[in-house]
Formats: sequence, C-alpha cells, structure tokens
Amino acid sequence: MANVLEMVGVVKRFGPVVALNGLDFSVEAGEVHGFLGPNGSGKSTTIRLLLGMLRANAGSIRVLGLDPWRDVSSLHRRLAYVPGDVALWPNLTGGEVIDLLGRLQGGQDLARRAQLLELFDLDPTKKSRAYSKGNRQKVALVAALATDAELFLLDEPTSGLDPLMEEAFRGCIRELRNQGRTVLLSSHILSEAEALSDRVSIIREGRVVETGRLDELRHLTRTSVTADVAVVPAGLDALPGVHDVVVRNHRVSAQVEPSGLAPFMRALTDAGLVALTSQPPTLEDLFLRHYGAAVPVAAAGSSSGRTADA
Amino acid sequence: MRETLAGTGVLIRLGLRRDRWLLPAWIAGFAATTYSTAVAGAELYPDVGSRVEAATALNATASLVALFGRVYDPTSLGALSLIKYTAFMAAILAVLMVFITVRHTRSDEESGRLELLGGGRMGRDAPLAAALTISFGASIVLGLVTAVSLAAGGLPAAGSIAFGLGWAATGMAFSAVAGVTAQLTASARAATGMSLGVVAVTYALRAVGDLAEPGPSALSWLSPIGWNQQIRAFAGDQWWVLALPLALCALLVPVALALRARRDLGSGLRQERPGPARGSLRGVGDLAVRLQFRLLAAWAVAFVVFGVVIGSLAGNVTDLLSSPNAQDLIMMLGGTQAMTDAFIAAEISIMGLLAAAYGLSAASRLRDEETDGHVEALLGTATTRPRWATSHFALALAGVAVLMLLAGVSVGAGAATVLADANQLGRVTLAAAAQIPAAWVMTAAVLAVFGWAPRLTGTVWALLLLFVALGEFGVLWNAPEWLMELSPFRHSPLLPLDSGAVGPLLGLTVTAAALAALGYAGWRRRDLAP
Ligand SMILES: Nc1ncnc2c1ncn2[C@@H]1O[C@H](COP(=O)(O)OP(=O)(O)OP(=O)(O)O)[C@@H](O)[C@H]1O
Ligand SMILES: [Mg+2]
Repeated sequence: MANVLEMVGVVKRFGPVVALNGLDFSVEAGEVHGFLGPNGSGKSTTIRLLLGMLRANAGSIRVLGLDPWRDVSSLHRRLAYVPGDVALWPNLTGGEVIDLLGRLQGGQDLARRAQLLELFDLDPTKKSRAYSKGNRQKVALVAALATDAELFLLDEPTSGLDPLMEEAFRGCIRELRNQGRTVLLSSHILSEAEALSDRVSIIREGRVVETGRLDELRHLTRTSVTADVAVVPAGLDALPGVHDVVVRNHRVSAQVEPSGLAPFMRALTDAGLVALTSQPPTLEDLFLRHYGAAVPVAAAGSSSGRTADA
Repeated sequence: MRETLAGTGVLIRLGLRRDRWLLPAWIAGFAATTYSTAVAGAELYPDVGSRVEAATALNATASLVALFGRVYDPTSLGALSLIKYTAFMAAILAVLMVFITVRHTRSDEESGRLELLGGGRMGRDAPLAAALTISFGASIVLGLVTAVSLAAGGLPAAGSIAFGLGWAATGMAFSAVAGVTAQLTASARAATGMSLGVVAVTYALRAVGDLAEPGPSALSWLSPIGWNQQIRAFAGDQWWVLALPLALCALLVPVALALRARRDLGSGLRQERPGPARGSLRGVGDLAVRLQFRLLAAWAVAFVVFGVVIGSLAGNVTDLLSSPNAQDLIMMLGGTQAMTDAFIAAEISIMGLLAAAYGLSAASRLRDEETDGHVEALLGTATTRPRWATSHFALALAGVAVLMLLAGVSVGAGAATVLADANQLGRVTLAAAAQIPAAWVMTAAVLAVFGWAPRLTGTVWALLLLFVALGEFGVLWNAPEWLMELSPFRHSPLLPLDSGAVGPLLGLTVTAAALAALGYAGWRRRDLAP
C-alpha cells in the first residue's frame, strides 16, 4: 500500500540537543498508526516536522506526496492536527474556537460538529479559560474530527480524557479507519495504541527502533505464565526462551518467549499441572525491553533465569 | 507565620531570580536619569534670577502645569530641575510597578505556574505576599538609589531624601493598586489594563487640580501622583504627605487579601459568563482584531482626551511671558505662531513616542501568541505563516496610524477653537500624521527581531527607551552623532511642515518596509519556538 507519509534519515537538532537522529518512519494509507515512545524521545518533534512547524537539519520528508515545509497551505487543507498541549485563547468560547479552526481549515461538517459535541459531552458556550485540561483537549479534537481530512495527526490526544471519553474517542478513530482515512496517533498509553493501531512504531532517543504490525512485534514480547504443579521440575530456567523463573512452594512463574512456550508447557504438563494463568504480551513489555533498565536489550537474547526456593 | 503565607520566601527568591536583570536595569536607568538631570539643572540655571524667571514662566503656562505640575519654590534649583519627575516620571514608575506586581500574580496564575507550585506546600496568600514584597522592595530600593543620585548630583540632602522617599511611596501605592486589580479580573492583560487606567485617571485628576488658581485644588489631593507632587521636595519638604500613600497601601493590601480569599485560583471575582456557542470569526484577521481591539480602543480614548487637552492649551502659550522684553524675544524668534507651533510640535512628538509604544506592544502580540502556544493550533490549519503574522502586524501599523490621526484631529480641533483659526485643524493633523512613519519603524523592528531572534523580541522596548533617552539627554551626555541619528524619531519632521519633510518621511517608510521584509523572511524560515 502507498505511504501517506514518509521520513527518511531525518535529523533535527535544537542547538546542542539532538532531538531526531536519523529517523526513518512511514505510515501507510488507510491505517491507524501508533507512535510510541517515552518522554522526550521525539514524538512531538516528529509531528511538528510533518506539519512544517520545524525545519529538518537533514533527511527528506513527504506527506501526502507534498513537502511539508513548502506546500503548507495545500497540505494542511488535507490534514487535521491536534497538538499535544492544547492552548486556547482564554476569552473565546469553545464553540468560537472550533468554528475558527474549522474555517481556517477550509470547512467543517456542521452535523458532525454537533454530533461530536454531544459525544464528548462538551459545552461550547464556556470560555476557554474555564475549561479543564480534558475539555480543552476535546475542543481541539472536535475541531479536528469535524473536518474532512485525509490524514489525522494526533499528538497524545487522550492524555487528559477520562476513561468514558477515551472510549468515545476510540469509537471516532475506528470510524475514521472504516472511512479509509489515515491516522497517526502518538501515545504513552500503550493499551490505547494496542486497542486502535494497525501498526505501531516505537521511537527512542530520536530513532524508530521497531515498526510493524502488532502480531509481528509480539515475538519481541513474552507471555507471563503462572502455574501450580504437583512437583516442581528441575532445570526449567535452562529451557530456551524461558526467563525469570520464580518458584515458591508449588507455584512456578516465568516470562516465556513465543518460541519457548511449547517446551515450557510440556515440562509443566509432565510435572502434573494443576492450575494455569497466563497474561498475553502487552506493549508494556515491548517498552520494558527497549527502555527498561531491568532487561538490557543486549542481554535479552540469552536466557538468564533465576531460581528462588522458599 | 500564618498558614496562608507558607512558601512566600520561596516565591520571593524565585521572583527575584526571574527579575534579576529587569529590576537592576530599571533602577539603574532611573538613577542615571535623575543624576543627569540634577547635574544639567545646575548648568542650565546657574543663578537665582534665571531660576525664578524659568519657574515663573512655567507656572504661568497652563499646558505645562497640566502636564508636569507647578514649581512650588521658584528659587529652588531642585524643584525646577525635577519638574518633569514628580508627576510624569512618577507615573512611569507606577506603570513599572504595576507590570511587576501583575507579572508575579496574575500572569503566573494564568500560565499555570502557580498551580504547579501550589501542589507543594504553598499558602493561598503566598503569591500576592511575594509579589508585593518584590514590588515594595523594588520601590524602596529605587527611591533610596534615586535619593543618593540626586545628592551626588549636587542637590541638598534633605530634599533628595524627600524626593526619593516620595517615589518609593508612590511605587508602593501603585503596587498595592495592582495587587487589588489582579484579584478582580481573570486575566493578566485585564489586570494590567485596569491598573494602568487607575494611573491615567490619577494623573488626569492632578492635572485638573493643579490648574486651579492659586494652588492645587482638592482634586490633586485625591491622586497618589498628586501626593507625590505635594511632598514638595526641595520646596519645603512636606514630609507628612508621605503618610498618604503609605496609608493607601495599608488600606489596599488587606482588601487584596480579602478578595483573594473570596475567589478560586485561576478565576476572577466575577463569575465567567457563558458566551456564544457558534463563532463569527472568519479568519486570523478577525481573531487579531478580537484579541487586540480593547487595547486599541483604550489607547484611542486616551489619545483623544490628551489631544483635546493639549490643543485647548495652545492658546495660552502666547501669554507665557508677559514682560515686554520676553515678547520682543518671541517676536524675534518668529512670533507667537512660532511659539504655539513649538508647543504643539513638542506635544505631538510625545504622542508620536506613545504611538510607537502602542505599535510595539501590539506587534509584540506575535511573540506572545507563539509562547502561549496559540500559533501551533493556527498553523496546523491551512493558514500560512505570513498570513498569520500579517494579521497582528497590519493591525499594529493601522493602530499607530489611527492613534496619530486621532491625536492630530483632536489637538488640531482644540487649537483651531482657542486660536480661532480653522487652518490649524488641517496643518496640525498633517503634522501628527508625519509622526506615523517613525512609529512604524519601531513596530517593524519588532517583526524583524521576532523573525530572526524570537526570544529577544522584548529588547525592542529597551531600544525605544534608549531612543527616548537619547532624545531627552543625548546632547547632555555628549552622545555621538551617529548614535543620535539612529533614532527614527530624530528624523520625524515637525511643525511647521514644508516640502523638506517628504524626504525623511519617505526614508522612514522605506526603513519600516525593509525591516518588515526582513522580519517576514526570518519568520518564514525559522522553527516555531514556544
Ligand atoms: N524547541 C525546543 N528547543 C530545544 N529542545 C527541544 C525543543 N523541542 C524539543 N526539544 C527536545 O527534543 C527532544 C524531543 O522532544 P519531544 O517534545 O519531541 O519529545 P516527546 O516524545 O514528544 O516527549 P513527550 O512524551 O514528553 O511529549 C527532547 O529532548 C526535548 O527536550
Ligand atoms: Mg510530546
């Protein structure tokens, strides 16, 4: 499928700080792409580059086939943006801001605007000064989602929303995907990216370190297994792909790579399996493996089990 | 310490750190100015005779009395030399203290910085207490430094101290006023505007009061700026008057604290009313007008009032010196027309400086909108950078032009009436319009700095102050000619206008256009820098 946006070898420096360090990144048409990374990893910088608000020091950037630095007006007519920090004019009401942004964008769908206000339970007659953080974010979301954009760039759009509103937001994103629109969604909230994204990219220290479909990335993650067995077999931590084995009485828990699941289960079954709980891999694990101090990336390949007897 | 004051010390230290350049620079500026004036006065009026003549002339000129006040002891060198400083500079000092107080109360509250700190152990009254401590302290230090400068400049010690303490007390009084307005309104802009309104009204009160014969009327005694004049430093030193501004502080500070106790962090005292659910703003131009209209309207009202007062005073310039000798002198210098022209020209060039200050503050909104993060939402839409920058910049240019035309029409109409000469309206309006290009140069300088070094946008204010100071003291300081020539205001043609004015006006306009073009070029190619 064609790429809606493409960044190759992008470098962005702020004085001595290297915010992006040879970033390669692309988003395909019609997908919801999750953009994950810890604080200061360069998510917002990447999105601002895509919008022509910052100028790259090196590398090439194409968005919808256009150069975001040169073709601002024609490009922005086709995309919608929700900033990470939504700052509004304190004297204007939410409704006024939504209409202003909509007009500058080249038009809004009024029915959709009304529908979104209802969905997000937003009072448009309040002055922006009086809005809470979440409500300011809703103003920006309504303004963006009511437009007829092909591409949506959303920088941590749910960071101020409560769970109910987050669910409403997810509904909107699914709707956009069904309409064939493309969404780039940066987030800290892994469950959100997991629930919505077709593909994710993980950025760390200004580089994309992983990108792919979630099920492709699962090989990087480990299932967490806890089992009660009659007799704890010896040598569990020597099995390939089995990590962090902890034994307490008759309970065994371990982190298991997809390749290690079959031999591990076989060993447990042979040992008289009584009860079993397992947790599917989450993006938290992915994060932990990329950024966690506990599991250095270099050591992740070798099995470094640990046994503790009670 | 009371629980509500917890954390005041931390906030004071934080505030002083933020102001560590601003405050010393201002204090040094005031000190240098007063010192220069004291020294210059001694040269200008070497003997009692020259002082009495100048002071008598001044006291007899209603326009100057309205603008600056009276010399209460015509033989006093200090009272005469510092005539511009008891009301006019005191008002500037008041403006400075308003800015400082609001900066550490409302602005911080609006930006959410206080909330961030409030999470720690910070009492409700701590921000106000810290802001007032800083501005009171700054007033006192400024007053003491001024007293020392005046004495060093050769003026009597007692009068120097009275003068310095007068400034200190005036600064404190207006800090307290700002402390109250910061509780009443929900935005820093509104709080500053309200306080500046108080400064303007108290200035006008004393202007009217001072005009009464023989001495100041009760109106002057209603005004803190009037009080500062009635201390009569170097002219009898009425120390007890110092009690009035201090009493005002003692009254206003508890009021501010009580108001603070009645409202929530972040809100004003007035409940926020709901507004329209649908917006009528069609684009960034409308938005700029919406954001800036009040400011321009307030300036316009002030300009018209000021202009009418100045214009109607034009008539009594001619009875300035009634002695036959002086009248001969005036005739020799070009007659009464020339005297009137010189007066109007002087006032109009002051209004030109004020219009430049407006242009500067209106154009600086570009930077404010960027640091407030509003630009990011706008530039995410199909709006281009030049289009957005033009919205505020064009408004600033247009505002400058409107203000000067209003000034010209109101001064001209006043002068035409009192002089019974209909021609005055046209020629004065034209003379006021001739001040527009210089103010545009300063406005465009903001755009140029904004385009290339956005974080330095505020330095254009320092440039404006430098040009004002050079205009006032350049000769006294022996400033090099090239430096004086740098000031656009030096090139503004004055009354009576003739064809020689075209060249400089064209030059200034081209300079403004070049600075604007430079600014646009920088803004188009730089990063957004919140
Ligand atoms: N205008 C700027 N000037 C200097 N440094 C900057 C600027 N903007 C970003 N940076 C730096 O660039 C790096 C990346 O910042 P960025 O805002 O892109 O991170 P982020 O992934 O969005 O973080 P967060 O999750 O906290 O929003 C950080 O080290 C940041 O300090
Ligand atoms: Mg960010």
